[in-house]
Amino acid sequence: MDWVNSITQGILVGGLYAMFAAGLSLIFGVMRLVNIAHGDLVVLAAYLALVVTTTLGLDPLTSLLIIVPLMALIGYALQRFLLNRTLGDDLLPPLLVTFGLSVILQNGLMEIFTPDSRKLQAGAIETATLTLSSDLSLGILPLLQFGVAVAIIGGLQLLSYRTAWGRAFRATSDDQTTVQLVGVDPRHVFAMAMALSLAVIAVAGVFLAVRANFDPSMGPARLIFGFEAVIIGGLGNLWGTLAGGVILGVAQAIGAKIDPGWQLLAGHLVFLIVLAVRPEGFFPRVQH
Amino acid sequence: MSPEITITDTTRSGRITMVLALCAVLALACAPLVATSAHLNLMVQIFAYLALATLWNLLAGFSGLVSVGQQAFVGIGGYALFGLTIFADLHPLLALALAGIIGAVIALPVAGLLFRLRGAYFAIGSWVAAEVFRLLASQISALGGGSGTSLPARIVTSMASSRVWREYVIYWTGLAIAVVVIGLTIFLLRSRFGLALRAIHYNEGAARASGVNVTRVKLIVFVLAGFGTAMVGALIFLQKLRISPDAAFSVNDWTAFVIFMAVIGGIGRIEGPIIGCLIFFVLRETLADMGALYLMMLGLVAIVIMLRAPRGIAGWLSEKLGFDLVPLSRRVVFAKSKGDSHV
Repeated sequence: MDWVNSITQGILVGGLYAMFAAGLSLIFGVMRLVNIAHGDLVVLAAYLALVVTTTLGLDPLTSLLIIVPLMALIGYALQRFLLNRTLGDDLLPPLLVTFGLSVILQNGLMEIFTPDSRKLQAGAIETATLTLSSDLSLGILPLLQFGVAVAIIGGLQLLSYRTAWGRAFRATSDDQTTVQLVGVDPRHVFAMAMALSLAVIAVAGVFLAVRANFDPSMGPARLIFGFEAVIIGGLGNLWGTLAGGVILGVAQAIGAKIDPGWQLLAGHLVFLIVLAVRPEGFFPRVQH
Repeated sequence: MSPEITITDTTRSGRITMVLALCAVLALACAPLVATSAHLNLMVQIFAYLALATLWNLLAGFSGLVSVGQQAFVGIGGYALFGLTIFADLHPLLALALAGIIGAVIALPVAGLLFRLRGAYFAIGSWVAAEVFRLLASQISALGGGSGTSLPARIVTSMASSRVWREYVIYWTGLAIAVVVIGLTIFLLRSRFGLALRAIHYNEGAARASGVNVTRVKLIVFVLAGFGTAMVGALIFLQKLRISPDAAFSVNDWTAFVIFMAVIGGIGRIEGPIIGCLIFFVLRETLADMGALYLMMLGLVAIVIMLRAPRGIAGWLSEKLGFDLVPLSRRVVFAKSKGDSHV
């Protein structure tokens, strides 16, 4: 029963990883950009939530009403004024500029908030549980987080395939030049995609901050978890990304159960095994 | 009658650079005669970064392998040095050479996995690989696990009995590594192999069509970089005398700084990382007290350079001067006609 418990927790954490991954996957899909600062932006959202909750006295989940639009705005500006200039045939500029951004964010947060770890207090919901049997009970917060992850991925899926914006994303991804003939401005589309990515990051950041301690240096690991979920799930498939996150979460939970030192290692090993035997991931959208 | 042509890869500026470089190396080799111990220590760090930046440039600037995980090989080299000296009682310098070989051997399977990822995803994949090695290193309880260990005194003294001579040995080893890494990289890039690399850089499809085995060429570069980087890692921790997983596999120390040097100096040019490395150390010696602000400034400078002058200082210099300090390209030279007219 102990094992069932660990694995269930792993599945629920997987939802958080899927949120990291969805934002990463979205911008890669639309503009082939890999944002090295992705994880640091998650941490930035957590700190913004810290500021908002302490200054306005809001509870963390309500603070999402401010953090999500704020992060989306940051994303739009970031893409429009900085990252759009890096896009092109050369791989290096976007990678190195986002790498520089990652360094700036990490050290900036360190400078403002000190390297000490923080946590958001969400009150009673943190300890509320749903008891399934005498041995197995689920936290309401992890359940909520998983539900939100599923909703976000479902929402992104709907947006991609059922709305005008989704069509603009996909069309711009296919051919930046031709979309301009039908009145689409790729610079605006890219900026909107980054805004959406950072809105997802905002939700992930707040959940991260409520569930566990966070500090300025934990961004890169979040980038890596998101990236691993993308690759395990299969490039370009959002539901696959959710599966990838869950597989990663479960692997880490099993690893931690065997030996606390093996938690992260087990996750990385599953990623490497997938890369070795099924490099296209479990659910790739495009079959080669 | 057509004019006679020859292909040359030497230029006057290249020869001048070469002579100046040789003089500089000779002067550096004699430096222990006059320099203080603190200066020698600083010089070893500069040598290590010169080699790291040159190797990163070989990967990212010439071979399209943008790695943010080279700290994996620095750490592997450091841990190989500690393992081989502590458990096998090897002489530190022999262990340093073997660390390079271990780095190369480990690079093979790592490349096998990472080469399945394209472009930017390769970059993050290389970071994952480095994390895996960091976590594995913290599982080695015989080397202190997560908190690390120091190099025992008997090993330190086995290099040379006096402290001064140990510093000399490490200094000369560092100088030799930097010179050999830079020299071999130039040699490699000017060879037939370098031509293949350049062809891949400009157009991978066309290179493939001309019979270049792209994967093999990239694999060779990755393994060579693994060899060199691991040796530098061994040197770094031979100087530090203490190792821990976080220090050995630090992405900031062994990759972020190195990328900064290459970007500011000029990616894709031999002299780029060298110029960048020197600027980095000048900044560090003057501004490092600023801590996090200093690092933020480095990030900002790298972004501005990448946007405004992506070819870095070396690229700008070569444009202004009209010649390359270290020429890598080949030119066609038309033979001078000797009186007889021809078309």
